[in-house]
Amino acid sequence: MFSFCVDPASLDDLAWMACYLTTGKHMAIYTSVFTVLLLLAITAPTALAFGFLGASSARSHFAPLSWFGKAYIAVVRGVPDIAFFLFFVIALDQLFEWIRHEVKCPDWTDSIWQGNDFVVCDIAKLPLGNSPQWVHETYGFMLAVLTFAIVFGAFAANVLYGAMRAVPHNQLETAESYGMTRRQVFWRILVPQMWVFALPGLSNLWMVLIKATPLLFLLGVEDIVYWARELGGAKTARFTDYPHGDWRMWYFLALLVFYLLFTRISEIVLDKVMRKLTHGQATLAGDAQRKAA
Amino acid sequence: MSCWETVADYGLRSIGIGERLLPREGYTLCQQFTLIGSGMIWNIYFGVLALCSGFFLATAVALGKASKNPVLRKASAWFIFLFRGSPLFIQFFFAYFLFLSLKPISPIFDPFTSAWLGALIVLFLNTAAYSGEIFYGALQSVPRGDIEAADAYGMSGWSRFKRVTWPTMLRLAWPAYTNEAIFLFHATTLVYFSGFPAWQQRGDALYYASFFADKTFNPFIPYPILAFYFILLTLCIISLFGLINRRLNRHLPQEARTKMKLKLNIIR
Repeated sequence: MFSFCVDPASLDDLAWMACYLTTGKHMAIYTSVFTVLLLLAITAPTALAFGFLGASSARSHFAPLSWFGKAYIAVVRGVPDIAFFLFFVIALDQLFEWIRHEVKCPDWTDSIWQGNDFVVCDIAKLPLGNSPQWVHETYGFMLAVLTFAIVFGAFAANVLYGAMRAVPHNQLETAESYGMTRRQVFWRILVPQMWVFALPGLSNLWMVLIKATPLLFLLGVEDIVYWARELGGAKTARFTDYPHGDWRMWYFLALLVFYLLFTRISEIVLDKVMRKLTHGQATLAGDAQRKAA
Repeated sequence: MSCWETVADYGLRSIGIGERLLPREGYTLCQQFTLIGSGMIWNIYFGVLALCSGFFLATAVALGKASKNPVLRKASAWFIFLFRGSPLFIQFFFAYFLFLSLKPISPIFDPFTSAWLGALIVLFLNTAAYSGEIFYGALQSVPRGDIEAADAYGMSGWSRFKRVTWPTMLRLAWPAYTNEAIFLFHATTLVYFSGFPAWQQRGDALYYASFFADKTFNPFIPYPILAFYFILLTLCIISLFGLINRRLNRHLPQEARTKMKLKLNIIR
């Protein structure tokens, strides 16, 4: 990248390092940091929406809907999450392809399960075999986001379900005695008040979500873990201008530090948000704040 | 080939006993059940050993974080932050490559690069940090009256810790510690996806489940089998820890006992 990088072999250590860390491939690892941030930015609201749907359907008086919500929340308990990640990526992919298959090739007579293969007609493939590379990458990323949203939606549903039950019940009864319908009570009384109760759980979930991002690697996205393994491996002078030994340890140390910093910053920010929200609340933390002031 | 033969061939495949080659075709339900179940041996091995050894370090870390000595306190707090603040997945990778680069220095480090020891050490440190935080929280909430009563009986130092503080801490921490145990068992599934090689295809339950999913392109059979095994394991952990909880609470009247309350599953 720099002008003095023409002949890396002749450079001294510091300049060599500066050139090494700005090669095209290193730019890829820096952009993959943004992939992680993008994933967080998309997943967090989606998972929250899924969680909200799950929690409100678990509260529903219509039995099948309530069973569905409760099952959605309960099914994540007792099974390792990583299994969900591995499962959903294949399952969702096959589901989409099967739906497109049914729509686009109605006169296809063969079974889609042929022995050990999953076969759909060519125009139903997702993405199409002849589409460019970036479409494949984006599709893989979207599948990953959806998987994250489904799994974390269940966690969020659990937190929100708990928060909805933590809202003082006499508030709801008061609203009903004013003649509000169930829908009005839900939207005007319950939902605005539940967030204070949900915030500790949700901020915990955010921390967990940060720590789950390296699992993107397992879903086949070229994320920071992928690039750290790729770039850290020993390189000989035949294939690169920057030969070095096995540096994967240092790359993963850098990732470790990155995640620790990210967690620390989130902790500080969420602490501030919590302090803002508890201000003036009739809770223990709110009382403590009032006394301190 | 009957199912019993499959069980005899593959039941202990994950620890290298029985048939060497994994099935190449057919992939019957029986084969999937047997191999994934055989992989569970590794999950149980990692979970049990890490939990048992981590328990002691966790107690030490909790005491360190609560101690008056600033060096001990800072060191314990940093240890907890280091392992709780970063993803376990990255910890596994880092540890594996660390051991790999230590290998040329001395042959002592040879076993560390294989999963049975290297991954176990990471899991041990990780669970020690998580449970250390739980124990620290419980230590902070030991009722003052209990300590005062111990003082009144003339207990101090080690005997007060052994007879009053420690049992009360355990009692208060136990429900949360049960969750921690469950998550630890779930976390053991990460081992073979994080650098540590599965030597001669001897892997854990998830390793075999994803093997079948890759071979058959059908995730709907191996993963539910895996889920079935893990739900079974979780139920075993809950009942075992429930028994211990009952023993820890046996001196209390019924309504004062700490209830086992299970929280949801969380990745680390």
